Amino acid sequence: MSLITLSFTLGFVVIAFFLSMWFKLGLQKDILIAAVRATIQLLIIGYILKVVFHLQDALFSLLLIALMIGVATQNASKRGKWLPHAWIRVLLAITVTEVVTQGLLLGLRVVAPTPQYVIPISGMIVGNAMVASGLLLNRLHSETSSHRQEIITILALGGTSKQAVYDYVKQAVRASMIPTIDNTKTMGLVQLPGMMTGLIIAGADPIQAVRYQILIVFSILASAVITSIVLGFISYPGLFNEFQQFVLSDSPIKK
Amino acid sequence: MSRDKAPTVKFLNVTKKSPENPQSATILQNISGEVPANHILTVIGPSGSGKSTLLSLCNLLISPDEGEVLIHSKEVREWTVTDLRRRVGLVFQTPTMFPGTVLDNLNLGVKLQGKTLENPEKWIEKVGLPPEILKQSANDLSGGQKQRVALARVLANQPDIWLLDEVTSALDPTAAREVEEWILQLQSKENSTVLWVTHNLDQARRVGHITWLLANGRLVEALPTEEFFENPQEDVTRRFLIGELGGIQA
Ligand SMILES: Nc1ncnc2c1ncn2[C@@H]1O[C@H](COP(=O)(O)OP(=O)(O)O)[C@@H](O)[C@H]1O
Ligand SMILES: [Mg+2]
Repeated sequence: MSLITLSFTLGFVVIAFFLSMWFKLGLQKDILIAAVRATIQLLIIGYILKVVFHLQDALFSLLLIALMIGVATQNASKRGKWLPHAWIRVLLAITVTEVVTQGLLLGLRVVAPTPQYVIPISGMIVGNAMVASGLLLNRLHSETSSHRQEIITILALGGTSKQAVYDYVKQAVRASMIPTIDNTKTMGLVQLPGMMTGLIIAGADPIQAVRYQILIVFSILASAVITSIVLGFISYPGLFNEFQQFVLSDSPIKK
Repeated sequence: MSRDKAPTVKFLNVTKKSPENPQSATILQNISGEVPANHILTVIGPSGSGKSTLLSLCNLLISPDEGEVLIHSKEVREWTVTDLRRRVGLVFQTPTMFPGTVLDNLNLGVKLQGKTLENPEKWIEKVGLPPEILKQSANDLSGGQKQRVALARVLANQPDIWLLDEVTSALDPTAAREVEEWILQLQSKENSTVLWVTHNLDQARRVGHITWLLANGRLVEALPTEEFFENPQEDVTRRFLIGELGGIQA
């Protein structure tokens, strides 16, 4: 696709812009910012990938993955303002997810250890871990703050902090996995996933594209499960202090 | 009955500040006092005066900011927390039932230790409920029944100190009186030490051996119950007893 052809797609942005203006949605500024950001970010990542693929240097790939994890952590920890050191916990959960999932893929020689495979797949794993982390933190907060009385009752009966929140952590873990599982169920029926779409448009054999997509779907499923469970169980101790007192603040969190 | 004079619960210059606003608000200020073994202390005071907070300090649901709380001569923060909370049982003002049957709820305390309750009928009968109720869903019970289950659930942990936070205030007068009688009978059988918060002055007088008045976070008066009501030393107490300090003090 040439740059000229690409520039015609600006038409879509223009349509969105004028529709927003016409219906007084007040989203014009957001649409422009989103379009500019997406373009710049994608162009930059395109050139970076080109360089990294060309260099075939493991160090650059690792740096790039670290950067992805950093951005994902920063983004998902916004949902954890109520939790002390939320970002460290998110960082740990996403890193564990990436290492385990990618480690399995490479270890079982499912994918080749080259940047062309490792980087895009990492992007999907990390991106999905980010979404699952955000959902988990949101849900853990709402579950534990709405069950404050239950939690304190268990503590008062001599239960440990783990016993006091176990059911609510479990609920939060389940809830944060549901979107990924639902998506997996309708995969290929409702939407053709992005990676597959891209491969097919770029001229790959649909059967090959589907095989890669299955790999991605399963990796994403695993990464949602791993992130939710790891983050759930390293987050709940932050709701208690050394004396097993429930310290989640009563007041609404500042956004 | 002979009453051992060794203090079971002891407050030493205890101050508790508001966790949200530690600079300005003080919930409890410099509380000192003790409750001897096998005694019932009744705690009265306007709402917001810090009564519930005082109870929560005894089982370390919250920590004092200054001072010490001693349970059997050992500072609460030196106890193994779960042991402390089993020996110092707290019954809340509003009972919280968990999904499941009454039996599940009664079992909860011992289940947390990985055991099962032997003879649940015995415990439910202790609080004056029929054993058939064990199979019912806990959330279908009336307020009074829930409060008794909550009480039985705490008693099943066999605590020797009971913290009772307005446990009869949500009940109708007959039920309140019944639960009160049950608690008194059990207390004298088990020789437990009780800190009993109530807003019912007649109850405080009927059940107490010692009575404290809290007002505005301070321990205003601490006397043997008879003397507290017959001959209070403080002007604030006299005004409280005739209903002049109903609400939260400025
Ligand atoms: N967790 C808390 N955060 C802030 N203020 C609190 C907290 N718990 C209690 N308070 C305040 O402390 C005061 C005493 O509360 P409490 O002990 O419940 O009084 P009482 O049981 O006598 O009605 C009240 O003014 C209450 O608003
Ligand atoms: Mg209270």
